Amino acid sequence: MSDKTILTVSASPHTKSSGTVTGIMLDVIISLIPAAFAGVAVFGIRAALVIAVCIISCVLFEFLSRKIMKRSSSIGDLSAVVTGLLLAFNLPVGIPIWMCVVGSFVAIVIAKQMFGGIGHNFANPAITARIVLLVSFASAMTGFTAPAKNTVDALTTATPLAHLSGIDLSGDISAQMDMLLADGDLPKFFNMLFGVRAGCIGEVCSVALILGAIYLILRGIISIAIPGSYIATVAVFMLISSGFNVTFTVYELLGGGLLLGAFFMATDYSTSPITMKGKIVFGIGCGILTSVIRLFGSLPEGVSYSILLMNIAVPLIEKATAPKYFGFIKKKKEKKAKEGAA
Amino acid sequence: MGKLSPDAILKAIGKGKGGVAVAHNKLTAEKETVRIPIPETVTLPMLQHIGAPCTPTVKKGDYVGVGQIVGDSDKYVSAPIHASVSGKVIAVQDVKLANGKMAPAVTIESDGEMKLFEGIEAPRVTNKAELVKAIRESGLVGLGGAGFPTHVKLNTPEDKDIDTLIINAAECEPYITVDYRECLENSWNIMGGVYTLQEILGFKRVIIAVEDNKPQAIKILKDIADSDIDHGNIVRLMTLKSRYPQGAEKMMVLSATGRKVPAGGLPSDVGCVVMNVASTAFVSRYLKTGKPLTSRSVTVSGNCIKDPMNVRVPIGMEFQQIIDFCGGFTEEPYKILSGGPMMGTAVTGTDVPLLKSNNAILAFSKNAARIKPERECIRCGRCHAACPMSLIPTQIEKFAALKDAEMLSKLGTSVCMECGSCAYSCPAGKPLVQHMRLAKEVMRQAGVK
Ligand code: SF4
Ligand code: SF4
Repeated sequence: MSDKTILTVSASPHTKSSGTVTGIMLDVIISLIPAAFAGVAVFGIRAALVIAVCIISCVLFEFLSRKIMKRSSSIGDLSAVVTGLLLAFNLPVGIPIWMCVVGSFVAIVIAKQMFGGIGHNFANPAITARIVLLVSFASAMTGFTAPAKNTVDALTTATPLAHLSGIDLSGDISAQMDMLLADGDLPKFFNMLFGVRAGCIGEVCSVALILGAIYLILRGIISIAIPGSYIATVAVFMLISSGFNVTFTVYELLGGGLLLGAFFMATDYSTSPITMKGKIVFGIGCGILTSVIRLFGSLPEGVSYSILLMNIAVPLIEKATAPKYFGFIKKKKEKKAKEGAA
Repeated sequence: MGKLSPDAILKAIGKGKGGVAVAHNKLTAEKETVRIPIPETVTLPMLQHIGAPCTPTVKKGDYVGVGQIVGDSDKYVSAPIHASVSGKVIAVQDVKLANGKMAPAVTIESDGEMKLFEGIEAPRVTNKAELVKAIRESGLVGLGGAGFPTHVKLNTPEDKDIDTLIINAAECEPYITVDYRECLENSWNIMGGVYTLQEILGFKRVIIAVEDNKPQAIKILKDIADSDIDHGNIVRLMTLKSRYPQGAEKMMVLSATGRKVPAGGLPSDVGCVVMNVASTAFVSRYLKTGKPLTSRSVTVSGNCIKDPMNVRVPIGMEFQQIIDFCGGFTEEPYKILSGGPMMGTAVTGTDVPLLKSNNAILAFSKNAARIKPERECIRCGRCHAACPMSLIPTQIEKFAALKDAEMLSKLGTSVCMECGSCAYSCPAGKPLVQHMRLAKEVMRQAGVK
C-alpha cells in the first residue's frame, strides 16, 4: 500500500509550462538568423567569420569565467551565443578579428559575469562591448565598407545616417534628400529595406530584422512595448524636426542600428524593466536619447549610448512605475485601517 | 492603429488580466459520476474547513447514524462534522491529514447499513437568520477547494449593500470535473439553490459563471438562467474565456461585476457573494431533506490512475481505497495530489482521509510532473505578467530573502492567493509559490500587515 511507494512532496503548482531559459535563447537565436544571412549576403563571407569568432569567444569566455569563479556552468542556457551574435551584428565587417575577441571579453566577462551572470548584469553586454570598442578603436569601428565588396580592403563609405546628419534641418529638407538620393549617397528605399547599404553586419537588412522581431513577438519572447515606444518616439522626433518629411524620417528609422537595437537589444530581459509601464517609459527614454544624439549631438548614431544610459536608469524606472497590485488601497485608508487595528 | 482601445493594446502587448493558459486535461468530463460502495471505515478529522477546529462529541463505542454530529465547535467560523456512515465509533485520536498536519479525528466502523440518524428533518427556513443557522448545521463548507464555512459567507454584514450572487462553475483547475458533472447531473438542484438563495437573501442579480470550454454545461445553466421562475430576469449566465485562475473568487467578482475586492477584503466588501456550484446544489438538497454534508463528488484522475472517473464518496474515506476503486495505479506514482495540479497539496501517503473540501485525487508519474531544473532568474517578467494580482514575484522573492517585511508589505505580498500562475510560467523553474509563502511568513513574524 502507501508505504511501498515513496511520493514526492513539493509546493504547488504541480505542473509547469514547457518554456525554459534555453528555449527562450534558442528562439532569440532563430530570430537573428535571417539578419545573419542577410549580413553575409551583403558583406560577404568575412561577415560569417566575424559572427563565428564572436560566438565562439563569447561561449568560451562564459565557460572560463564561470569556471574561474567556481560557479555552475551556464553555457547550456545559450545566452552567450545570443550575446556573441548580437555583438557581431554591431561590428563593421572589416573589424580586425582580435578586436572581436576583445569585444567578447568585455561583453561576457566584464559586463555580464562580473555582475553575477544572466539576470544580474545591469548593462547590456553586447552594447557595452560595442561602446568600449568604439571608444578605444574609433577608426576600425567606423570604417564601414560599402556592400557587396567582399574583401577587407574594400572601400569604406559613410552610412546613410552619416549622410543624413549632414542635412541642414533648417533648409529645404526634401530638396536635400532628393539630391542625396540622386547622387547615390543615400541608397534607394528598396536597398534600405533589404540591407544593401553601409553599416554594421546585422543592422542593415530591415526586412530580416522585422521578420525576426515578428517571430519573437508571436512566440511571446518579447513584448512590443519597448521597441514600439522606442521607434515611435524616434519617428515623432524625426517627423517634427524635419517638418514632417516622411522620407527623411523613414531613412532615419531604417538607416542606422535602430531596428536592431530596439527589437533585440533594448528588450534584453536583464537590462530592461519588467513591468509594462516600465517598458514603455524605458522605450520612450531610449527614443528621446537617440533622437537628441542624432539631431543635436556630434555623432550620427546614438542607439547604443541611449540603450546603455537607459539600462542604468532601469532601477529608477522600476521604482517610479511600480504597478498597483490588485485591490490596492490608497495610503489614507491603510493608515486608518492600521489605527483601527491598533 | 487609432481604433485600438487601451484594453486591446494591453492585450496585444501581452498584459491582460494575468493568468495562464493551462492544458485542461479533463479526462473524466464525459463519465457519469459513480457512487462508491460503502467503505468499511471512515475517519472524520475535526478540521476540514478554514476556521476553528471542532471537538469530538462522541466517544469510542458509541453508535452513530448517518448525518449525526460527531464533532462541533462553539466558535462561529467553523462547521460541524457529521458521521458519513452508520456504525460504531472505534477510535477518537489524532490522524495525519493530506496537508501533512495532524488533527484529532473520529473513526467509524461501518455496519454496512447506512442508516440515517433519526433526528434528521428538513429545516424550516423563511429568512436570512434561519438560513444561516440551517446552513451551519448542515456542515457545508465551500466544495470548490477552499473549505470556507458557507454560513459565514451567506451571513453578510447588514451594513453592506450586497446585491450580487455569483455562482462559480468556472472550474479552471486542470483535470477536475466535479463541478462540470454537477451541472450535467444535478441541474435541478443547482436551479433550486440559485432561486432559494436569491429569494431569501434578496440579491438584485445572480450571475452564473462558467468557462467557455464547457458547452454542455453552458446549455444547461442557460436553461436555469432563462427559467420561467425568473420573473424579474435576475439570473444571468456569463461565459468566461477559459483561463486559469478564472475561478478564483476575486477574479470571478471582477469578471462578473467589474468590481475589485480591496486588498485584505472579502467579496462582500464590494457587494458580492460567491458560491461554488456544487455548494449551491447542496443547499437546495439540504433544505429539502435536512441531510447534512456527508458525501461529496471527487475527481480521481492523472496519468497513473487506471480508470479515471468521478466518484461519489462518503467524507472520511481513505485515499487508497478510493484509488483502488478506480482500478489502482497503472505505474508507480511520483506525486499524489489532493486537489488540482495548480493549487493542490502533494500528499506524503495515500493513508489520509478525504475531506469535505477535497475535490480531486490526482496521481502523476515522474514524466507527467514536468520538472524543470531550477536556474537563476533571468528577469523575463513572465511571473509578473501571469500574476492575476499584478504582483512582481521575482522582486518579492528577493525581499523575502532579505527579510525586508516593510518592503514586502509595500509590494502587496499579502494579496497573493497562491494560485501558482507565476511558478507555472517561470522558465527558470523557480518555486515561486514557496517563495511567496516564505515572504508572507517573514511579514507575519515581523508583525507587518
Ligand atoms: S501565486 Fe501569488 S504571486 Fe504567484 S501568480 Fe498567484 S497570486 Fe500572483
Ligand atoms: S518568471 Fe522566473 S525567470 Fe522570469 S522574472 Fe519571474 S522569477 Fe525570474
